[in-house]
Amino acid sequence: MELTGAEIVCESLLKEGANIVFGLPGGAVLPLYGALSSYPDIRHILVRHEQAAAMAADGFARATGKVGVCVATSGPGATNLVTGIAAAQMDSVPMVAITGQVPRAAIGRDAFQETDVTGVTLPITKHNMLVMDVKDVAQAIHDAFHIARTGRPGPVLVDIPRDVLLGEKTEYIWPTETKLPGYRIPGEAPDSQVAAAAELINKAERPIIISGHGVLISHAYGLMTELAEKAQIPVITTLLGISSIPSNHELNLGMSGMHGMAYANLAIDEADLIIGLGMRFDDRVTGRISDFAPNAKIVHVDIDASEVDKNVKTTVGLVGDLKAVLGQMLPKIEANVHIDWLRHIDEMKAQHPSHLVRKSDELLPQYVLQRLTEVTQGRGIVVTGVGQHQMWAAQHCRFTEPNTFITSGGLGTMGFEVPAALGAQLGCPDSVVWSVCGDGGFQMTMCDIATAVESGADVKFAILNNTSLGMVHQLQDIFFEKDFVASEYTANPDFVKIAEAYGIRGIRVTRNDEVVDAVQQAMETAGPVIVDFMVKQDEIVFPFIPSGQSVKEMLEEPAPTETV
Amino acid sequence: MGQNNRAEQHTLIALVEDKPGVLTRVASMFRRRGFNIASLAVGNSEQAGLSRMTFVVNGDDYTVSQVAKQLDKLIDVIEVADITNEPIVTRELALIKVKTTQITRGEIIQIVNLFRANIIDVSSESMVIEITGEQEKTNALYGLLSPFGIIEMHRTGVVAMVRGRANGHHNGHS
Repeated sequence: MELTGAEIVCESLLKEGANIVFGLPGGAVLPLYGALSSYPDIRHILVRHEQAAAMAADGFARATGKVGVCVATSGPGATNLVTGIAAAQMDSVPMVAITGQVPRAAIGRDAFQETDVTGVTLPITKHNMLVMDVKDVAQAIHDAFHIARTGRPGPVLVDIPRDVLLGEKTEYIWPTETKLPGYRIPGEAPDSQVAAAAELINKAERPIIISGHGVLISHAYGLMTELAEKAQIPVITTLLGISSIPSNHELNLGMSGMHGMAYANLAIDEADLIIGLGMRFDDRVTGRISDFAPNAKIVHVDIDASEVDKNVKTTVGLVGDLKAVLGQMLPKIEANVHIDWLRHIDEMKAQHPSHLVRKSDELLPQYVLQRLTEVTQGRGIVVTGVGQHQMWAAQHCRFTEPNTFITSGGLGTMGFEVPAALGAQLGCPDSVVWSVCGDGGFQMTMCDIATAVESGADVKFAILNNTSLGMVHQLQDIFFEKDFVASEYTANPDFVKIAEAYGIRGIRVTRNDEVVDAVQQAMETAGPVIVDFMVKQDEIVFPFIPSGQSVKEMLEEPAPTETV
Repeated sequence: MGQNNRAEQHTLIALVEDKPGVLTRVASMFRRRGFNIASLAVGNSEQAGLSRMTFVVNGDDYTVSQVAKQLDKLIDVIEVADITNEPIVTRELALIKVKTTQITRGEIIQIVNLFRANIIDVSSESMVIEITGEQEKTNALYGLLSPFGIIEMHRTGVVAMVRGRANGHHNGHS
């Protein structure tokens, strides 16, 4: 069957199981849209800004584990995807971005809406390609999905000139193989190394597991928990690893790092073995490297060889797929109890109760999140933006299922919360999706509330509205002598009226006793709802290890005398 | 190259797909990660569609190990090998244009002959010398010719190969 390039893209999307794409058309990519109308099995979600297309594809991918697909036209359409692509790259999210390009003859001539998007995205994609021949389209899409979803996942951009999409037709043959001689996917690790790691674990007296995003990506949460339970090893999660173990699991110590639980950081400080699983020892986790886990040997398992020994020197570094490696390792792990260690950690937890929220007459953001997670019983999906609200969500929201806490970790992308939540909700239509927003981030992407309404994405938006860029405000408070330059919003819009303008329900909450009712009402209302929580402005996220410092410099809130 | 420098200079060979943009990807990775390329040579390999790159990289073992891993992570890079500690042969070609006069010409020709280099262009006021060898040899010739006045020099960068065995694809990064 002879098809156009655009038709081949659509056929290939279906072959790859991509039934939903997020995009916004324009001249160069229009032939693809022309073909889309003949493919009713591919649902196109029309966004208001291409940034939202990339971030919605990201949220979709994180919630479902499938490849998220976004589409944009050449030039500004493609460059608007950039932040979303960079976020996906930093957080290892499988994504395929398809961009239209100016016709082949116009490339390199600075044509209207021409951007060298493969050049622009080269350092922020796992791979990218410019397809210059219609005969290569099917292979390119096939390779793109393969690269995006396998190994350490990441975004792949496929740039296709207009006349390749709509010109000469070619016989459509779905490639059975990838053409990627330089691409290998690690599986198991060498047995000798696994044995060496197991020996360290068996001998450890004060071991800690740090569970990262890789545990979720590799579907290794079951085996990770089995390892923890078998040897009674406490589990700390990275920001992206939060939902890799149920919040109420007795071995779960929560998140560590810059705004992690004090007892988690203290445990790392005293540990004699750190078992880093599918995580990359980034600076928000380690603080000052020289003071990180000073008493510990390090076992590190990651699928990306370049992560091993990149930030911390490992005692045993294993390169492989986490699920496969844990499968190799578990039979070699001896059952253990670590009674003294666990008791000691309990004591630290009692002395440093950073998971508790103090009682206050003012509406505290932490209080809002505690009530919210109580009402949802830790079910459904929480998507956040970036900043204070993100850290409080990481500290106080509870999770029961994997892949239910979605947040922009590595890149720290404000505005992520709106489009990523709508992508997650469309990917998991049966889940309640709460988008926990900052008032700053919300205003970066709130134009795509319209997309949520239009597509029927039933997202509940909880704005923790402190009328400021809270994390910036906090840093100015502590490090810049309270010089609050450019961090306070004096003319925020009325978010309840914004909701009404989009034809959805808006609820304002100013008092503690209104919180639970508002959350329940939002969940009982069909369709998107915006809840504007007017929270205390100058609240600080504690604990706090300032950038580049160590647990010794950790700032803590005094233990509350009265808690909620 | 002295013994002390040797620890800081590593020679890496990569087999890469001969596709548009591969050199950009490699160069971009070096720039982004702050790695320092002392020399880079690219050309066809014995396999159709594949090129071979030789890098001379400055850095300690940690840096060079990261270079190799980051290179290997690029989809278009098929194999990477750090051959620094292998028995290798290295060669570089250089063209050196040097000022000449009737008085100096004879002396320059003597030097060129001593180095087994070639004179490939002669004009009334200059000549172009071609030299092939290890980098030190070119450095030495350059030093001896400098007093006569060097107008231009162009070096290809080092290409390297492991002695004896079939190829350099045998270490953990491949």
